[in-house]
Amino acid sequence: MTESVEQFAARARAWLADNMPVIDPESPPPAPRDDDKAWTRARELQKRLYEGGFAGICFPREYGGLGLDYAYQKAFDAETRTYEMPLILNTPSFTICCATLLDTASEDVKKRHISAALRGEEVLVQLLSEPGGGSDLAGVITRAERRGDRWVIDGAKTWSTSAFAADYGLCLARTNWDVPKHEGLTMFLVPIAHPGITLRRITMLSGSTEFCEEFLDGVDVGDDAVVGDVNDGWTVASRQLYHERRAVAQGSEFASGSGNEGGTSIPIDYVRLVERAGQGDNERLREMAGRALVHRAVTEQLVGHVTRAVNSGTLPPTGGSLIRVFHSETATLELDTILAITAAAGVVGDEGEGLESGLRYLSRQNVAIGGGTVEVARNVIGERVLGFPREYAADRGVPFNQVRREKAR
Amino acid sequence: MTAVDSPEKILFTSTTQAFLQKESPLRRVRELHAAGESFDPSWWRRAADLGWTGLLVPEDLGGGSVSGDGLGDLASVAEQLGTTVAPGPLYPVSVVLAALAGCADPHPHTAMIDALIAGETVASWAVCEPGRGWEPTDPSVTATAIDAGYRIDGTKDRVEAGAQSGVLLVVARCGSEVRQFLVPTDAAGVRIEPQRSVDLVKQFARVEFDGVIVAPSAAVGSAAETAALIDRQARIAQILQCCEVVGILQTVFDFTVQWALDRHSFGRPLASYQALKHRFADMKMWLEACRATTAAAVAELAVDSPTAGVAVSVAKSYVGEMAGAIVQDCVQMHGGIGVTWEHDLHLYLRRVTLYRSIFGTPEDHNLFVYEAEKAGRSAI
Repeated sequence: MTESVEQFAARARAWLADNMPVIDPESPPPAPRDDDKAWTRARELQKRLYEGGFAGICFPREYGGLGLDYAYQKAFDAETRTYEMPLILNTPSFTICCATLLDTASEDVKKRHISAALRGEEVLVQLLSEPGGGSDLAGVITRAERRGDRWVIDGAKTWSTSAFAADYGLCLARTNWDVPKHEGLTMFLVPIAHPGITLRRITMLSGSTEFCEEFLDGVDVGDDAVVGDVNDGWTVASRQLYHERRAVAQGSEFASGSGNEGGTSIPIDYVRLVERAGQGDNERLREMAGRALVHRAVTEQLVGHVTRAVNSGTLPPTGGSLIRVFHSETATLELDTILAITAAAGVVGDEGEGLESGLRYLSRQNVAIGGGTVEVARNVIGERVLGFPREYAADRGVPFNQVRREKAR
Repeated sequence: MTAVDSPEKILFTSTTQAFLQKESPLRRVRELHAAGESFDPSWWRRAADLGWTGLLVPEDLGGGSVSGDGLGDLASVAEQLGTTVAPGPLYPVSVVLAALAGCADPHPHTAMIDALIAGETVASWAVCEPGRGWEPTDPSVTATAIDAGYRIDGTKDRVEAGAQSGVLLVVARCGSEVRQFLVPTDAAGVRIEPQRSVDLVKQFARVEFDGVIVAPSAAVGSAAETAALIDRQARIAQILQCCEVVGILQTVFDFTVQWALDRHSFGRPLASYQALKHRFADMKMWLEACRATTAAAVAELAVDSPTAGVAVSVAKSYVGEMAGAIVQDCVQMHGGIGVTWEHDLHLYLRRVTLYRSIFGTPEDHNLFVYEAEKAGRSAI
């Protein structure tokens, strides 16, 4: 007799009350992704979920999950609203990396790594972008060469989110240089602690050190590290991009918990900003803030609309790019608006009194760049949603070793 | 806009579609304009026969809808009207019917409800006033209680189909209260003066009330319920506009995409230029966002959710802001032909420009959304 969604939710409600820390969902405790302590805490909370039988609700039972429908996860998410959850494990570890392993990896890899992640023992990340370029992902030049029965990987990766806190990375490398770019790639699951990997944290202009770059120097791994087939790594990378779009659209059944991660992911409180700036009577600023609230509301409505349209087939899966660009447009509008509202207090003074708005504005373009630029997303909409002719590409159909690249610096 | 529609709903939709294609092509809109007409009354009676007018009226008052979701059905009619920027008084009639059928005691108005549903009479909402913005509950037109009923004095303007209406629902100040009254346009003291508008066939009028006497039964709803009635009428008027605009945007965007694929310059289709591709990508995104926010507001208003007012303002603001941007961009994508009388683009541009500024501008609605956010915060 299977448990109904309601019964499951009731059981979760009782268990959460006994086992998970209570929080105020309006101001969750900050879990900065560049802080080691946040990751230790997340692993600990994940372990509790696993032991309580509430981890990996939509992952199959044979890999440590519960094998239930999305409806159970959604019901669970609703119950967790007032509890501290290991939200930073959702993306990329669960929603992108584990989801892709589920689609493409061998039984052994799935049994080992998905269940370890669900137990809170492993964190997985993506090693995709390279210093030579991010948007042209299939043009990676990190190489993996066959030596005896091992693969030896050399190259450099960058913009890997939270890699310092991770155990394994999905690393895209070139294994055949004599074929066009998409056909000579292989995906490897490499241990971040491998002695051949030197990891450096990138300091963003905000001071955050969430992102990392990795130098791979003779990183040797066995055949068991190959995800999918040799030279079929693009298929695996495409699944990652697919799962990434769904995760960004808040449409992944593999995410657990529904709150935000705190800090700058807390929605901007315009009324508070306007009042604190002493501008409660300023109709022009109130109208601007109202416009930002309108665009924010439409963003959420668009996410639901596009998700339904992709599920029903009225939009192709690449329709997720509409959400990607819209998110960026709305974030831009919001940060421009808070800069206007806070006026001089946004640029001189203390955090908490307005300066935080100016500081957030400085990082405005992050959302238009990270996860693939909005320019590439607009190409995707033009070419794969609207069916317009593809851009000319000098490397199409050309063996990769004959493709012109920038000179090594 | 739901994922699965019932066979009855599909039949209703396809009948409406066939009727509009046959009876209201763009050519017809141009003919009406050339003749200086707004719509043909016999055409309107045939439209009423299709069931358009009864959708907001309960069955016991002679209305009803095949799906049980009258507002949803009306929304889909409005979206289809956008395909050919069709003429006709559907929205003014619907808004007046919403008041007559929605007030606590509709029985004094059953004969009028019947005539409006049958398309025999046309009615419109006289809510705006000269030199004033969107302030539906702050009229300067007065209604004075007298022995015979009420005496109405003052001036309304921007009354859609005012010159074609047999009766107007007039918002008036009555002592310290705001009330609404049904006023026949042939009553003594009513003077109707047509106003120009940017649209080809949507006609508006200024209406002067000079000591117009109406019976006590002309009052619609009690004083206590008037604010809620006016709010609902406004929300219906606003969301139907948004629905029609979505139909307009889809039509204009689709033929502009086709144009970009067909039209060649420098030996390649316009659609192959990245600079243009990105503009089309933005337009597609805005169009889907207009569709999303409109559908969300229709769904909330249909069930009278507590946040329906905010949802409609969000949609009205966003659609009002973006519709002009999208259609003007489509004009730009067409080049010179896009700014001619001959090309149909301006028929659509006229309608979205009209709607941007009627029943509240995006700026008005942004302020409303801010104030609602503020009120919601203090409620916590």
